[in-house]
Amino acid sequence: MAGGGNNEEELSPDDEHIISASEEEDGSDDESKHAKLLEAISSLGKRKRMKRTERSEASVQVSEFSVNADGTGEKVNLSDLLGTMDKTPGAPNKTKQQLKNLQNRKETLELPLSKQQTEKIQREVAYDKSSKEVSRWETVITQNQKAEQLVFPLRQDPTGPKRMEQVVAGWKAKTPLEKEIFSLLHSNNQPIHDPLLTPAEEASIKAMSLEEAKIRQAEFRKARVLQSYYEAKARRERKIKSKKYHKLQKKAKVKAFLKQFDEMMKTDPAGALEELKKMELSRMQERMSLKHQNSGKWAKSKAIMAKYDDAARKAMQEQLEMNKQLTQKLVVPSDDDDDEERNVEEADALPDFVNDPEPILDSVNPWMRGKLTQEHSEPEVTAVATETAVETKDEGQNGQREDEEEEENEEEKLLREFERKRKLRQDEDDDLVPVPQEEKQGERFSLCFTKPRHFLAIFSKLSLFNRLMKSSSVPPVPEQTGAEEAELLDEGLVRVRTMDDLEALQQDVVMDTTQPAPASATPAPSMETTSEPPKKKKKKKGIDPNEVLTKEAKVIKMPLAPTVVEEEEEEVSEVHAEQTAIIKEAFAGDDVISDFLKDKRKQEKAGQAEVVDLTLPGWGEWGGVGLKPSKRKRRKFRLKAPAPPLRKDQNLPDVIISEKRNSSVANHQVSQLPFPFQNSTQFESCVRFPVGQTWNTQTTFRKLTAPKVVTKMGAIIEPMSKEDLPYKTNSRASLCILYIQSKLLN
Amino acid sequence: MLSGMKVKVLCRNPDDYVRETTRDIQRVPRNYDPTIHPFEVSREYTRALNATKLERIFAKPFVASLDGHRDGINCLAKHAKTLSVVLSGACDGEVKIWNLSKRECMRTIQAHEGFVRGICSRFCGSSFFTVGDDKTVKQWNMEPPGRGLQEEPLNTILGKAVYTGIDHHQTEGTFATCGQTVDIWDEQRSSPIRSFSWGVDSFSCVRYNPVETELLASCASDRSIILYDMRESAPLKKIIMQLRSNTLCWNPMEAYNFTCSNEDYNLYTYDMRRLDVPVTVHMDHVSAVLDVDYSPTGKEFVSASFDKTIRIFPKNSGHSREVYHTKRMQHVICVKWSADNKYILSGSDEMNIRLWKANASEKLGLLTPREKAALNYNQKLRDKFQHHPQVRRIARHRHLPRDLFKQKRELREMKEARRRK
Repeated sequence: MAGGGNNEEELSPDDEHIISASEEEDGSDDESKHAKLLEAISSLGKRKRMKRTERSEASVQVSEFSVNADGTGEKVNLSDLLGTMDKTPGAPNKTKQQLKNLQNRKETLELPLSKQQTEKIQREVAYDKSSKEVSRWETVITQNQKAEQLVFPLRQDPTGPKRMEQVVAGWKAKTPLEKEIFSLLHSNNQPIHDPLLTPAEEASIKAMSLEEAKIRQAEFRKARVLQSYYEAKARRERKIKSKKYHKLQKKAKVKAFLKQFDEMMKTDPAGALEELKKMELSRMQERMSLKHQNSGKWAKSKAIMAKYDDAARKAMQEQLEMNKQLTQKLVVPSDDDDDEERNVEEADALPDFVNDPEPILDSVNPWMRGKLTQEHSEPEVTAVATETAVETKDEGQNGQREDEEEEENEEEKLLREFERKRKLRQDEDDDLVPVPQEEKQGERFSLCFTKPRHFLAIFSKLSLFNRLMKSSSVPPVPEQTGAEEAELLDEGLVRVRTMDDLEALQQDVVMDTTQPAPASATPAPSMETTSEPPKKKKKKKGIDPNEVLTKEAKVIKMPLAPTVVEEEEEEVSEVHAEQTAIIKEAFAGDDVISDFLKDKRKQEKAGQAEVVDLTLPGWGEWGGVGLKPSKRKRRKFRLKAPAPPLRKDQNLPDVIISEKRNSSVANHQVSQLPFPFQNSTQFESCVRFPVGQTWNTQTTFRKLTAPKVVTKMGAIIEPMSKEDLPYKTNSRASLCILYIQSKLLN
Repeated sequence: MLSGMKVKVLCRNPDDYVRETTRDIQRVPRNYDPTIHPFEVSREYTRALNATKLERIFAKPFVASLDGHRDGINCLAKHAKTLSVVLSGACDGEVKIWNLSKRECMRTIQAHEGFVRGICSRFCGSSFFTVGDDKTVKQWNMEPPGRGLQEEPLNTILGKAVYTGIDHHQTEGTFATCGQTVDIWDEQRSSPIRSFSWGVDSFSCVRYNPVETELLASCASDRSIILYDMRESAPLKKIIMQLRSNTLCWNPMEAYNFTCSNEDYNLYTYDMRRLDVPVTVHMDHVSAVLDVDYSPTGKEFVSASFDKTIRIFPKNSGHSREVYHTKRMQHVICVKWSADNKYILSGSDEMNIRLWKANASEKLGLLTPREKAALNYNQKLRDKFQHHPQVRRIARHRHLPRDLFKQKRELREMKEARRRK
């Protein structure tokens, strides 16, 4: 401001000059006038140009408001301004007080920090801010890392209807047909540019992420299935003709009602009172009516029979009892035992299918129960399941149910049979090594899934991998990785081009494994452990190769499907005899069985320990021709090796089990526990499950072999963007499910 | 004699295996009874072994070589929107635009005098920027000029010092250059809108974070890596390493991770929130690592080295899973991973750009569903049995030239000796 003011001051005399020049135009002689004029003009032009570049306010000295601006050059102190504060009535008292306080303060302000320090602080703050900002990606990143499959590009085009503009961007109706259609659409006011979805609808679509929608859909589906199941159950029960069943049912209902009533008393007294009134009313009706008074037609006939028939008497008594009960005033029972019972019953009555992934609804239907893979003989059933089983037995409807579910069970039986067979085979395998506890637990875990064995395999694997993921989620320390991690590549001078080269490579391996690895950071002690007898192996932590790969040669009975319908008995026997004769004739030369037995005997003999004779003739006594070492010496120096352990095939006449380690197989076996696995059982179970089509159904196979990363051909994979950040989870889906549940139960 | 023998004939009902219409899937009756499919582990093991062998036999990663430059290739850039277009700048100031599907050069521009130090495409793919030894930043149109017209840059910015690198913002019209300082430019202005310096040093590389788009990182010649935020007036953080880093690359799927290629033959992956210790050290090169680029899936990255090889590393592994080299390929200066995760481009000293498959044994082109299923199964088997010695041996074996092999051995010995001490 001050600078600006000075400029104005400097300019102002010139302005005056110009004005005066114009005023003095008609004075003195012409020449001087002319010169002056020229001067004035020239100066005028100059000044004007100068002036045009400047912006000025109204003159400082001559104010248009006739206010004297004398003190322009002087400095104004803050205190001068503040002095007027007391006089101005508009200023708030608070401000005045604050100012006073400030005036009274005598301390000086601290010096500002040096530039370096401020910059350092700024940097630190900015860094913290940005690293916090970056951390919001963490959830997405970990989610992607753990994902079974990632499909790139991450943002696929959303399915569903699109706006017309999106589809028809930059496209014009060209052909006559198109033009005609568009003119029609125009004339009928059909939406061409209007969006198919209103903004509100679009917003609602965007509000829910795909995954959430999927979860919700799955929950809906489950609820629907349950609903239909309930409906079917109700229909079935309605059809049942057995009077006894209905009687029991009614009784149970009454009991349940009473219990509900008990609860109601505690939670909702008003409702309970209403119920009580209703009950009272029914009691009154009962008392007024002649029902259950043994006065009806049926009762009279029974009364006649009662003399001779015990059952009839009992029936009559029951009737009377009923009457008594119905006309009695209600006494509310509230024992602890009853409470417990009630809890159990509630668990039955209200399957909590939001919290429980696999609700236990029916003890008979294994599909609902999720006990498919369980053996019949196995007693391990979840507590709730047993309760329900007891409950259903009480109701006495087992027989009927079973008949109905015979058909449903057929498929499941088949699967169970498969499972049993596989298990049998595995047990055979596990003869050498006891079934690891881990795996059994895994199976038990997978019991709760309702799907057949293949899915079981997937799930147990999944759980295993999840566990592994958890264990490996800790970021590796770089020093460790540098030191211990094995190199991924095995670089050498050999160029491998053909299968033969690869075979050669394999043989190299054989050579390598037989020699001790010189440069590897971790020696292979487990190689030695594998060469020890199998009994010790069980206790070792290393991998038992027998469990991983080796399949002992064993006889498997192949059930052949009957290809031809059996003919008549006698014909069959005839043919059979003939057949055996032919076979005997054909294989007359070689006696396979005796060969086998010989083989076995040889093996047995080889396995037996030999006696080592260490007697030295002539040592400590006379020696020579015809002289034998003394008996005592012979006894002393004949070393008998300890008896070998019993052969496994001792009681199996047609089997040879060799317990020798096969070195050719050892080359194919894993000698160390690979990285992400924590124990050998984990690894073994991972390897044991086959993934091929031969052993799995098509869908399972596809699921098991799904690649980890899927890319779309020719699509550019954009980096992750802000839109990929997760949606905020809302509780709408769960609310919806609760709503459905309540609806179902009412 | 055999005439008396009864022959049992298989009888089959066509209803069991003939589909009703041609649109049905083929009916393949299968019996999954495990007793009739025994030895599952052994059989799968054999299959895995065969799959591994086949994988190695089909591992022919080299696809094509693009020749035409008259000097060593100094920088490469991908077109932001088209997969088939690649830009390259050479040491004689020439920029070439290549069509990968035709494997030919579409356009040649004499962009600079001296080296083309950096090249990058605009996010929309309509133009590209180059910086060179002549202290200029030039913006070029991606479209060739009309017939008879000369190649003219859209914009030229004259700077005070040599620019050594350039990178463009992911979504906005700003770009960053590095030289004596790291400058942020608005495309519309001829002077930088922001300029960062932290001590006196010259920078070799600057890269925008593709996810958190306001962040930048640069490699400086005083052995440091410096992080910036475009919105702040000062740099964020600096780490000083033992040797100089040549280039760095952010992970496009993980906002806070980046990898830098170092002169000490290693690559270092850092988490920008915890810069005191690298997340992973990637070793295997036997000479300075000159360039690094992440795969668009963010799972792997490729590095180019002075030792005439390029290597592919899984992002969290300390060692490479693949090494590519050819007899004629000299020092590899720059490397890029194509945006569809399928190919790798490397530009080297001997004036060639080479196109490699990212997955050496991958079959190119469309696959039938059965082929795809078979490939997936093989992959799964290889993964399942990867720890078995035979499978591992075959899968891991790579050929290396003799001198490289020797150098590697030497390095290993040195390392072991150091560890023993």
